[in-house]
Amino acid sequence: MTIRNTLRDHGQRYRPRMACLKKTEKVLLEMQDPKTGVRSQPQRLVITTIPHAITGEDIIAWLADRFQVDTQEARTFGSMLVALGYIYPLQDHKRLVIKPDVSLYRFQTPYFWPTQQWPVEDTDYAIYLAKRNIRKKGILELHEQEHYNRLHKWMNHKWDFIVMQAKEQYRAAKERKKPDRVVFDCQERAYWVVHRPPPGTVSAMDYGLDRLTDPNSDEAKTPDFYERIMIFTQQSIMRPRVKSSVSIGALVKYCGTYNNHDPFLFKCLPSNPWLTDDVTYWNLNMPCVEIPTKMRVERWTFSFAELLSDPRGRDDFRLFLKKEFSGENLAFWEGCEDLKWGEAATIKEKAEHIYKTFLARGAPRWINIDGKTMEVTVKGLKHPHRYVLDPAQTHIYMLMKKDSYGRYQKSPVFKDTVKKAICPEEHNFSVAQLEQNAKKRRPSLSPIILRQMEKEQRAKMAANVDITQVMSKLSKQGKEAPPPPKK
Amino acid sequence: MRSPLIPEMATQEVQLNETLVHLKTESETLKSKLEEERAKLHDVELHQVAEKVEGLGQFVMKTRRTLKGHGNKVLCMDWCKDKRRIVSSSQDGKVIVWDAFTTNKEHAVTMPCTWVMACAYAPSGCAVACGGLDNKCSVYPLSLDKNENLAAKKKSVAMHTNYLSACSFTNSDMQILTSSGDGTCALWDVESGQLLQSFHGHAADVLCLDLAPSETGNTFVSGGCDKKANVWDMRSGQCIQSFETHESDINSVRYYPSGDAFASGSDDATCRLYDLRADREVAIYSKESIIFGVSSVDFSLSGRLLFAGYNDYTINVWDVLKGTRVSILFGHENRVSTLRVSPDGTAFCTGSWDHTLRIWA
Repeated sequence: MTIRNTLRDHGQRYRPRMACLKKTEKVLLEMQDPKTGVRSQPQRLVITTIPHAITGEDIIAWLADRFQVDTQEARTFGSMLVALGYIYPLQDHKRLVIKPDVSLYRFQTPYFWPTQQWPVEDTDYAIYLAKRNIRKKGILELHEQEHYNRLHKWMNHKWDFIVMQAKEQYRAAKERKKPDRVVFDCQERAYWVVHRPPPGTVSAMDYGLDRLTDPNSDEAKTPDFYERIMIFTQQSIMRPRVKSSVSIGALVKYCGTYNNHDPFLFKCLPSNPWLTDDVTYWNLNMPCVEIPTKMRVERWTFSFAELLSDPRGRDDFRLFLKKEFSGENLAFWEGCEDLKWGEAATIKEKAEHIYKTFLARGAPRWINIDGKTMEVTVKGLKHPHRYVLDPAQTHIYMLMKKDSYGRYQKSPVFKDTVKKAICPEEHNFSVAQLEQNAKKRRPSLSPIILRQMEKEQRAKMAANVDITQVMSKLSKQGKEAPPPPKK
Repeated sequence: MRSPLIPEMATQEVQLNETLVHLKTESETLKSKLEEERAKLHDVELHQVAEKVEGLGQFVMKTRRTLKGHGNKVLCMDWCKDKRRIVSSSQDGKVIVWDAFTTNKEHAVTMPCTWVMACAYAPSGCAVACGGLDNKCSVYPLSLDKNENLAAKKKSVAMHTNYLSACSFTNSDMQILTSSGDGTCALWDVESGQLLQSFHGHAADVLCLDLAPSETGNTFVSGGCDKKANVWDMRSGQCIQSFETHESDINSVRYYPSGDAFASGSDDATCRLYDLRADREVAIYSKESIIFGVSSVDFSLSGRLLFAGYNDYTINVWDVLKGTRVSILFGHENRVSTLRVSPDGTAFCTGSWDHTLRIWA
């Protein structure tokens, strides 16, 4: 029985698939080929001679040649082999890395290779620690001592068995020849460094959490299982699909369109804040800045979605629509978005408000949708749900996209925006200036404060609208003094 | 059970086996038919079309910031829409909000559980969501008052029957999409904690999810331990497309910026690109020298570059169109567990089991 130190049982039982193990084993076999493998020779270490020892630099050179990669990558790969336990270091055995020098390593015996199938049992670890304790009291390190005490407590009921096994293994070891014993001890110690890493050791067998479902078993084959697959496959066959040349062509085109807007591929102006520690780029591109940059405005022409998703772009579009007296379309679309993504509790209220404002006969901001869609929508509104306005929203969206969007790009509003858009000069900081910039990094306004400010701004605007409406109403009636504003 | 003494049971068992064999053959035939249909429209490969595209130059990407403060493995991170703040979560139960630009820590929450595998920043920037071994996803409104205990105002939103592997806000602070070790994904209303829709179809733990960019409608993609990547309709809860070409667990999925494709990263050491309109896998990003699993992937702004974090502590940068690796980045001292590109594409952030986060540009 494996005892896990779990305070709560999370119900996970299964180790994740370790797909890398098989691949690693193939490489290991190649590395040990007597002709084409890593150069190995007996090495002297203090009194003993270690057979088949290999140096770090030889391992790295072999890997670099085998995979045609540079030394740094080969070194990373080599370190992973050590971290998994396929190769172990003879010196500095707690650091599971490859050192690019004459440090010595050996191949681990397959008996101690990491395996997918079964987890490394605490029972075995307990036997190992007990065995070392028998050989020489006080030899256990602090972390091993802690493990020992913990296991002794949790496995108390089978401690006799553990001690018996430890004694048996100890006795068997004594019967081996000394060099074999030394090698075996080394191998065993390396195995436990990987599977019970001391503090500070990074071991690749530390895989994280177990899974709930056994990744190595197949789902139970019942008739239902196959029927479900068949239904789904049938549906997939009937799905409309597009020629590869068309869809792949679109993917390639997208990259091309946005290439100059990608900070990893093209300089962002005036400079990338992460590279120069100067935040002008972010300040110029704030969500609702008054004068946008040329690059930003260019993006609005790429697609209608780009225009709408940028708050500054949407404002510009709204201004254009107002001049065309079709602002209700955008307002309706925004209302639908608010309904769809908003709180569940507010759906009914919002749906009613939208109906009264945009859809009802004689509504103040009546939108023009076809009869069928209107019928479906009004019917759905009797029992409003999150997606009740989807057909109407799609209709209006396509209307704006196919009609208003094109006209917007030719309009004086847009042309004016383009004209006023700024193109900042590229920064050219000297090394000294960059150092200064790094020292002058400042925090920015918290989004919490920004949201508060936005709320206050909107409240003010709403109040202003109230006053002007009231004023104009009164002046029509011939009265001048306004009553106190409602708020 | 194996050799029933009652003759009726024997015949029943034989009949069942026959039915199963018959059904299995039928379903395999159908699957071949699906592949045939897909192949009919497959007239060109991605790398062929990409031949006409200009090659990429040399890249100089370095660590620009290192964020130290977590006491254990960093498991997940997310960017704030303001392009400089991030939230990160760790194995020791701590969730930290940083201003990555100044490296200052702004908020910290201690979760009542360890292994906080999922965290997300709300679109408004005023709240974060997180969860893990507690099987829940909780939303914490952030506060400017340093002395306030954020846990006091926390909202418990999602409840799964096993660990929470990923979470994401939708277009507003009001809804959260979650995936779990219990094999399901779910959409929740934050204010009430109500389950709005659940998504069943994975045969094993679901490890990751990503929402489609807005214009392409209400869909999202999820990846799981059953090696499948599923595309779901958020409205109906139906799985509308499924791809099963990976050879091992899918740890990360991310949409291509146009929403017409998505990339996945798996324990089989490959990243793959799936074209949704052509309904097929169109690229595999792999190299013989890369044998350790991919934990996390994300695209650069234009979709030309795919950044992938691996379990061998490195980050590989792939040319999405040509399929070649353009760069390999070193720096982390343990597994790279999470990787996200910033909202304006100026940098990407990685979190690692070495307790740190790094910003690269």
